[in-house]
Amino acid sequence: MKSSVITFPGSNCDRDMDVALKKFGFKNKMVWHADTELPKSDLVVLPGGFSYGDYLRCGSIASKSKIMQSVINFANSGGMVMGICNGFQILVETGLVPGVLLRNKYLEFICKNVFVKISDKRNKYFKNVNNEVLEFHIAHNEGNYFCTNDQLKEIEDNNQIAINYCDENGKIEDQFNPNGSIKNIAGIFNREKNVLGMMPHPERMIDTSLSGEDGSMFFKNLINNLK
Amino acid sequence: MIVNEQVAIDHGLKKDEYAKICQLLKRTPNITELGIFSAMWNEHCSYKSSRLHLKKLPTKGKKVIQGPGENAGVIDIEDNDAIVFKIESHNHPSFIEPYQGAATGVGGIMRDVFTMGARPIANLNSIHFGSPQHKKTKNLLRGVVHGIGGYGNCMGVPTIAGQTSFDSSYNGNILVNAMTLGLVKKDKIFYSKAAGLNKPVIYVGSKTGRDGIHGASMASASFDEKIEEKKPTVQVGDPFTEKLLLEACLELMAGDSIIAIQDMGAAGLTSSSIEMASKGNLGIEINLNKVPCRETKMTPYEIMLSESQERMLIVLENGKEEQAKKIFDKWNLDFAVIGKTTKSKKIELYFDEEKVADIPVNTLVENSPMYDREWKKAKLPKKNKIKKEDIKHLKIIDVLKKILANPNVCSKEWIWQQYDHTVMGDTIQKPGGDAGVVRVHGTDKAVAASVDSSAVYCWAHPLTGGKQVVCESFRNLISVGAKPIAITNCLNFGSPENGENMGEFVECVQGIGEASEYLKFPVVSGNVSFYNQTKDQGIKPTPAIGGVGLIKDYKNMITMDFKEVENLVLVIGKTEGHIDQSLFARNILDEKNGPPPEINLFNEKNNGETLLKLIDNNLIKSAHDVSLGGIITAVAKMCIKGKKGINIKKPKYLINEIEYLFAEDQGRYIIEINKKDFKKVTDILHKNAVHFDDLGTINENELYINDKTKVTIDELSTSNKSWLTNYMSK
Repeated sequence: MKSSVITFPGSNCDRDMDVALKKFGFKNKMVWHADTELPKSDLVVLPGGFSYGDYLRCGSIASKSKIMQSVINFANSGGMVMGICNGFQILVETGLVPGVLLRNKYLEFICKNVFVKISDKRNKYFKNVNNEVLEFHIAHNEGNYFCTNDQLKEIEDNNQIAINYCDENGKIEDQFNPNGSIKNIAGIFNREKNVLGMMPHPERMIDTSLSGEDGSMFFKNLINNLK
Repeated sequence: MIVNEQVAIDHGLKKDEYAKICQLLKRTPNITELGIFSAMWNEHCSYKSSRLHLKKLPTKGKKVIQGPGENAGVIDIEDNDAIVFKIESHNHPSFIEPYQGAATGVGGIMRDVFTMGARPIANLNSIHFGSPQHKKTKNLLRGVVHGIGGYGNCMGVPTIAGQTSFDSSYNGNILVNAMTLGLVKKDKIFYSKAAGLNKPVIYVGSKTGRDGIHGASMASASFDEKIEEKKPTVQVGDPFTEKLLLEACLELMAGDSIIAIQDMGAAGLTSSSIEMASKGNLGIEINLNKVPCRETKMTPYEIMLSESQERMLIVLENGKEEQAKKIFDKWNLDFAVIGKTTKSKKIELYFDEEKVADIPVNTLVENSPMYDREWKKAKLPKKNKIKKEDIKHLKIIDVLKKILANPNVCSKEWIWQQYDHTVMGDTIQKPGGDAGVVRVHGTDKAVAASVDSSAVYCWAHPLTGGKQVVCESFRNLISVGAKPIAITNCLNFGSPENGENMGEFVECVQGIGEASEYLKFPVVSGNVSFYNQTKDQGIKPTPAIGGVGLIKDYKNMITMDFKEVENLVLVIGKTEGHIDQSLFARNILDEKNGPPPEINLFNEKNNGETLLKLIDNNLIKSAHDVSLGGIITAVAKMCIKGKKGINIKKPKYLINEIEYLFAEDQGRYIIEINKKDFKKVTDILHKNAVHFDDLGTINENELYINDKTKVTIDELSTSNKSWLTNYMSK
């Protein structure tokens, strides 16, 4: 399986994502934001970080990068595109997934492990994941997902919610919401479910010596689903 | 502007220093030259009060590749890998403008590290605030934490450990010390020594603005009520540009075009160009019209003294300019050839085709003032005798809960959750343990780092305090299973012009020197911050020690959380019952006098090295050093982290229980071992003549001493975790 990770000026989880993808069998290429052509890919990842220093609005400048037109075309033709953290912020700025990401409710950067419940497995990202609840890691300042009531209805009607913040038993309640996201939303799909944006970093959970191993489960499953 | 003595005094120079400048130049300096002298000769850049004493520190060792004098120290961690590290203060600006002050402190120290060719792999910090009741404390704490996070998070470098304390002596002068570790190949280390004639001098990074002019001079003076007016001397950070600068510099460094490189930190273009020339025994000629400026009509004086951030000066090989420029263009950074190296041994500046400065380099560096300041030797205070009636009414559990909730002991999760501590995917020990640990990417090795200070001990007796901080750093590294290699120090003191403050400095440095010599734990880099003082009131002496150690196989790393019920818990090192200057004495008995605990360097070394042997033999399940709050506080933290309890036995010797449990005798560790290993462990301890106590056995969920003295771990955890969160949310 071939993957591409886009490096924007200010991306800082691009190497981590490269390490993770390679660890689980992807042939990964790093792609520079000023390039116009995407290499042939089965998966394109927009990594975490602070593209353009989060200036103007997180993700907004990067969403206008040269490479993004190819990424958007790739997504619109059904290609798998995953945006993690800042990558998710870039995705909402392109409109590939609905909604916006506001500053965290308590106005502070949060770096910690969280539990997320998989909301829908009828997609290539989560199909065949055995667990209902995964332990992932978040590190962000603007992860507070928000959308209009109409958008929310549409999202729910189309089963576009990917994962919600919850406790270890899968209970989705306000107290387990780290950033104030509407409905505890931690990740969301486009309507066709080939595009996934999520705040948690699965690439930081690929080793028992690190924060945990649920990221390994995610990537192993992902590559199998793409085969 | 006409330069005279008064103008020099306004620049922070003393009368005799101005006279010396005129004598060295054999003429009156012009205003640009005076600005350059004032920047190079202030305390912050010249170390004029400290140099004499710093010379006595041990700086060499088998693992030391580069000691003090470069942008940062470098140590060997084998397999052609090296660690570059340094700690630096940003105290004065952080008090005036906490967010930017702290942020640029972090940015500055990271630049010092990647200037040497190393990719930063970990950040640490030591931050000290006034009393929690003081009206400024909360905002300063919030601003500093946001600033540190704002810069480090954006750079994508994990903040893996730190230290936070509160003491009323910091009410008017907070401390913000930032430390960075970087990883480099031993044969790809870059230095700041210029070499060769007519080599192009290149400016890269951000444009120069009017921010931070005279920042280093501001940091070399005491505060008064007008300090808020100094806000314009604080630099403004742009971590995004620094991230680009990091990537661009590392890309250029992969080739062979750089002769020397130096970041523009304190005193900006002035100190960077002069240091490169001085080390290379060369001259440098600069055309200031070529310096990229972000504001119009900047004068030579402003250009030379600006402390705009995220800038570097490079001496390149001839003919490599185009190739280098391509890299900086790719990263959208300024790149300008601004001058060349010369044989004049002078710094010669041109602006609008006129020579605006002409100063022999050695007058600025070798001939800079050096003072042997007067200092007072501190007496060892008399020991207090604890009266039985003072402690007999105390209930151990109540005292323990109070200590766990003390601002200097309580959990600092509210702080470190705001720092990205997991980016780069190699953090294997997060903040909250004895030391932070990161893997050396792609290898089995890991590097441990911790930062420590004990202002109360240093204040009570500077010589002992200085030794203690080094020992504590040594212990913290050993507690995670790392072999200590070297330290960096950040020496935060009051005014050197005050004999008592100067005495504190001299004796703390002596203590640091003695301990690091004995423990073979040399000082490879550091920084001095004097004038942490508002009017006549100086801070408690606060040398901060950043220690670095190596774990050969990261799988053998030790953490402090108790692992398994029924395992045995031992105390390594002897408990004599030293209560003076302990948290117990100061906060429970309200006794602020008396000597700090004594340091026995033989025991420190022997106990530590023996514990490393036990770890090497896979006999240790968890370990933690005993520090503030004594044995019971250390054990309680291990319980909280591991969500387990402990049955504590009555001490077999000595004193009463309170003294045993709360004393802060040094050189001690708590270890957890499996029952079946008891004989193996105690054989090794006996063989090495290490004293130990059998403290107790791990249980499910309760700290149990007897039926009347017990508490659940949940309750202890709440005491420990709630203070800071509650304080910050009020």
